[in-house]
Amino acid sequence: MHARISGTGHYLPRQRLTNHDLEQRVDTSDQWIRDRTGIAERRIAGADETVVTMSVPAAKAALAAAGLHAQDLDMIVLATTSADKAFPSAACELQHALGVTDIPAFDVGAACAGFMFAMSIADQYIRNRQAKHILVVGADVLARLCNPNDRNTIVLFGDGAGAMVLSASEEPGVHSTHLHSAGEFSELLGAGHVNAFNAAASDDDAWLYMKGSEVFKVAVNKLSELVADTLAHNQVSQAELDWLIPHQANRRIIQATAKKLNMSLEQVVLTLEYTGNTSAASVPIALDVAIRDGRIQRGHKLLLEAFGGGFAWGSALVTY
Amino acid sequence: MSTIEERVKKIIVEQLGVKEEEVKPEASFENDLGADSLDTVELVMALEEEFETEIPDEEAEKIRTVQAAIDYVTAHSEE
Repeated sequence: MHARISGTGHYLPRQRLTNHDLEQRVDTSDQWIRDRTGIAERRIAGADETVVTMSVPAAKAALAAAGLHAQDLDMIVLATTSADKAFPSAACELQHALGVTDIPAFDVGAACAGFMFAMSIADQYIRNRQAKHILVVGADVLARLCNPNDRNTIVLFGDGAGAMVLSASEEPGVHSTHLHSAGEFSELLGAGHVNAFNAAASDDDAWLYMKGSEVFKVAVNKLSELVADTLAHNQVSQAELDWLIPHQANRRIIQATAKKLNMSLEQVVLTLEYTGNTSAASVPIALDVAIRDGRIQRGHKLLLEAFGGGFAWGSALVTY
Repeated sequence: MSTIEERVKKIIVEQLGVKEEEVKPEASFENDLGADSLDTVELVMALEEEFETEIPDEEAEKIRTVQAAIDYVTAHSEE
């Protein structure tokens, strides 16, 4: 049994935050941000929006695209590291918002790579015939974890949600998923949690932190290894690949990775110019955008990959 | 077989998209050759690949000119 992508959806908050807006807040410039990140604007969740509220329309769009109802689902896996509650899980709140009950629903935390981890888990359940339809969501509000005065991080992150329904199928579908973690890099990228012990401490300790140059270097090396391994595992050459759908963190990381793999940027789906880095939401948003605008067609071979804090990184080779 | 100097200069030309004659020993990547911080990271990565070595981050930060790159590779190459 294989897991096949039966539908996708995404949601982006209405509020746009452009590079020109950021020029008014911190010492930066549109050109500086574009040159180093490829980002022109990002979407920022409103005060009344959360990981859960953004996940609902993304999930409904994915279900509609799959021709399924929420009642058809056997499981909900939601990748996030920025839910507004420690518990209940955002997945449980999403389940309730979708009007279903009883099926397992849980969150997965692997930062920007979370969606790949969630998708891999879902793939295993379907392969093992434990589930027929699984809703996989990636949603984050990392923009609100960034210190508003830190010009190195606030230019990077946006908010959003992306969703996918994986369904059991005789034909692949997901060919393979590949996951990796390396906790020794935790000091290069992370964000805190407020609790009784640190609430009184300096605010600065809780904000998202990132050592950009070091992250860049490890990301490019690990991602090019990951893509090469994923293709080799399936005996697929990059020429047979129709689309690379990378985590939308930084255009320079994507370019450097593509270059190492001798891959043309014409084969790469890029949405970050208008979304920024939406963390766990970035891969499913990019995938859904390219499916809905017709670039990705049924039968196309896709390679999805993401890299994030942990470090954690993962990939999937899929026939759409 | 090219010398270390020639190989380093070739990588700088390729990575930074500059002309060979601009790659003078004293040229600074950021001030003279138009590199930004990520270009210099990519340059170091390309040097690591070409010379099959790993350049620690604290060493990489010191490689700011053409000569510094040549010196580093010369001091750390097996030959």
